[in-house]
Amino acid sequence: MNELLLGLADDELVIGWRDSEWTGIAPMLEEDVAFSSIAQNEIGHARAVYELLTDDADALAFDRAPGEYRCAPLVQLHLLEWAHTIARRWLYEVADEIRITALMADVPVAAKINREEAYHRMHAQMWHERLRDEPRFRDAVTELWPFALGVLLPEQRAELSSRAALDEVAAIERGTFDDSFSALLHEMTIVRRSAPAGAQW
Amino acid sequence: MTEAQVWAWLDEIPDPEIPVISLVDLGVIRSVDVSNERVHVEFTPTFLGCPALEFMKRAIEDKVPGADVEVVNDDSWSTDKITAAGREKLREAGFAPPAPRLVHLQSQVHRCPYCGSTETKLENLFGPTPCRSLRYCTSCRQPFEQFKTI
Repeated sequence: MNELLLGLADDELVIGWRDSEWTGIAPMLEEDVAFSSIAQNEIGHARAVYELLTDDADALAFDRAPGEYRCAPLVQLHLLEWAHTIARRWLYEVADEIRITALMADVPVAAKINREEAYHRMHAQMWHERLRDEPRFRDAVTELWPFALGVLLPEQRAELSSRAALDEVAAIERGTFDDSFSALLHEMTIVRRSAPAGAQW
Repeated sequence: MTEAQVWAWLDEIPDPEIPVISLVDLGVIRSVDVSNERVHVEFTPTFLGCPALEFMKRAIEDKVPGADVEVVNDDSWSTDKITAAGREKLREAGFAPPAPRLVHLQSQVHRCPYCGSTETKLENLFGPTPCRSLRYCTSCRQPFEQFKTI
């Protein structure tokens, strides 16, 4: 269970960080606000789940070696391209709903996260409806699909395949690291590494 | 110190992002327990990503001397916990109060806080804080912030 929660928290932290990369440069002002807000929310979810595992959420979030993170490769990808970004948002939210609802009976905070994710799903769904017939978007979904399957446990993947209407293929599993991940982690921890011990915010 | 006194103090703490309502109006105070000169306050966050959470916790500690504030991250808070008085204060300040969950899930009707019309459209699901959406009233041509139902 702890392994599952750590994977969930790492996914939320890292996708929150990746989504925040659109702050200030999204193609529309509305999306600038949306991505910033979603990112903030996802990082808040990460913190709530880290707190189930430790008394020091910051230490767990930021002080591990790159190889110790459990985030799915999908969230690690550095995708500053709109079709891929929306494809990832949509695939991530479809997968995330399956795993969050499965956790709700045992983990009370999962039910709280689920209420908030409803708005992320509406956002993803709205974009999916708008772009699903665009070849660039379809290609991005096809490219990211093996990564999306890797977000879930093997027994949950048939459900994802049915909801996304895509055939199951070999998943890209957790424990695989994108080349960009170390650089991301370096960036994420700059403030923490540069702060004097015992600094208060 | 009595529990009623603690509740009265808590009702004086404004929401840091929507100061027209208090923490009591917002429904985030789950319980107050005063026994043997010790005060225990249970506090439930609204949105998990809300940066105002730490601020609210500190505001409670400052307002209620010696209070031990416990943050309960369970699923007990929803926008249905906002009190009737709190909803009215929101509306008066131009924030459309969140629709009750039951209504929201069935009808998706959103009423303009200025003119009361239901002829409103969604501009953006996301707004200046995690709890708000942006809508536009086509009757009185006024943009407004909608407290999200969660």
